[in-house]
Amino acid sequence: MALYNDTVMDHFLNPHNVGEIEDPSGKGIYGSPVCGDMMMVTIDVDENDVITDAKFKTYGCGSAIASSSMATDMIIGMTVEEALTVSNKKIVEELGGLPAIKIHCSVLAEHAIKNAIWDYAEKNGKHYAGLEGYNPTEDSEEDDHHDIPAAE
Amino acid sequence: MREVYLDYSATTPVKEEVVREMIPYYTEVYGNPSSLYAPGLRAKEGLTNARQQVADLIGANPAEVFFTSCGTEADNWVLEGIADQLKDKGNHIITTKIEHHAIIHTCMYLQKYHGMEITYLDVDEEGFVSPEDLENAITDKTILISIMMVNNEIGTLEPIKELAAVAKKHGVLFHTDAVQAAGNVPIDVKDLGVDFLSMSAHKIYGPKGIGALYKRKGIMMPSFIHGGAQENRKRAGTENTAGIVGFGKAAELARVNLDSHIAHSRELRQYLWDQIQAKIDLVRLNGPKDFDKRHPANLNVSFNYIEGESILLLLDAAGISVSTGSACSSGSLDISHVLAAIQVPMEIINGTVRFTVGDFTTKEDIDYTVDALAKVVDTLRKLSPVTGKEGW
Repeated sequence: MALYNDTVMDHFLNPHNVGEIEDPSGKGIYGSPVCGDMMMVTIDVDENDVITDAKFKTYGCGSAIASSSMATDMIIGMTVEEALTVSNKKIVEELGGLPAIKIHCSVLAEHAIKNAIWDYAEKNGKHYAGLEGYNPTEDSEEDDHHDIPAAE
Repeated sequence: MREVYLDYSATTPVKEEVVREMIPYYTEVYGNPSSLYAPGLRAKEGLTNARQQVADLIGANPAEVFFTSCGTEADNWVLEGIADQLKDKGNHIITTKIEHHAIIHTCMYLQKYHGMEITYLDVDEEGFVSPEDLENAITDKTILISIMMVNNEIGTLEPIKELAAVAKKHGVLFHTDAVQAAGNVPIDVKDLGVDFLSMSAHKIYGPKGIGALYKRKGIMMPSFIHGGAQENRKRAGTENTAGIVGFGKAAELARVNLDSHIAHSRELRQYLWDQIQAKIDLVRLNGPKDFDKRHPANLNVSFNYIEGESILLLLDAAGISVSTGSACSSGSLDISHVLAAIQVPMEIINGTVRFTVGDFTTKEDIDYTVDALAKVVDTLRKLSPVTGKEGW
């Protein structure tokens, strides 16, 4: 009886796509060490709008790292529009589930990827339906993925 | 794979000698200690002997020792019992911000359902409670003060004798949760001047499911469980005979071996800390810097830029058991209230690991652990987007 299932443990112990792409097409950061987790994603996008590479660095618990690994696996080979539909729910499904208390960790990856795509879109004057009205520089607190209860 | 257990403050293995004493109480001496025939009386004799052994560990009279199901029950009993007993005198309890949840959650319950007012004393950056702060917090409504003897996370040894003297000066009852202290520091309840003291068997190489409350002779307090004459009518229910006998033996061993246990723990704890500092950079010690004022086996260390649960899981994969103060540690998303109370920054709290060595820990275990730890920290730092260049 382990805290995480085998898929999660495999991605945690041997994470895929670790690192940072030099001169990436887009770069996104989400979270902070104060909140308990933080993820940085860099992506490369080709002329057909396909994500050809994605790399991440994550500060966080086992499920944050496993979600980062799985999410980057998932978006490599997708078009940008497809990648924008990768929700935390899909990441959890691919991982075969996370403990209820850890579901928020998968939101980290969804947001960091969205931020990387936003960065790519801004730099290249692109518009995507999935980014409609989204601006990570404005609403960092609005949809905070964490709700850490106050210390007793 | 080598297995290294470094979480003796969570629980300890039961020593062979203890198990050997316990087994007959399951199979041969199975009588109910309340029965008047020979098998019952033999079981009762086991309880009497164990009560003496536990009393001897803390310098108490056996009549002042009441067995409970755990340390948490002992804590609950004192707080709820005195709140009831002295409700006409006052409704104020003083405790600290770094108590175990057995105290804090019981205080929250008493506040919510019994109209009690609770003062949670601040501590300094090493976790020490100030006797002056305690004195200033006492009012004419104060009926009980509860301050732990040794903190379970950062190992701080509180100045219980001085704190209890302040309580006595103002005529207020004083309880100390000594679950982490018993068997790790010398305890003499008369010298300390405490009125109540909680302890637990499974922290001193005894079985789980058994604890005790010391209640100074003459103090009135309602029974905690009703329905029988056990524990001098204070705590009814057929006794956990084997558990009590095991607790007694563990207490005797703890008393006899106290000096060697402390020396062994301190030596390995120092070696662990020296090796961590030698092999890993950007680490921070939490709790008392002066190891004389700290639980002999406790080391609480933060590793910059990485998160505690990840450290725990990777060490677990290498066969090493430790615990963490991280918010993300399994089961809850609460950060360590103890590390918050000593003003450790949030991002540092999340990278905190508690190591506690014990009687079965060897120098080779420490070497193995620090080697593995250095690799784990390196791996996680390479994986971390936090480098310190951005400001923390």
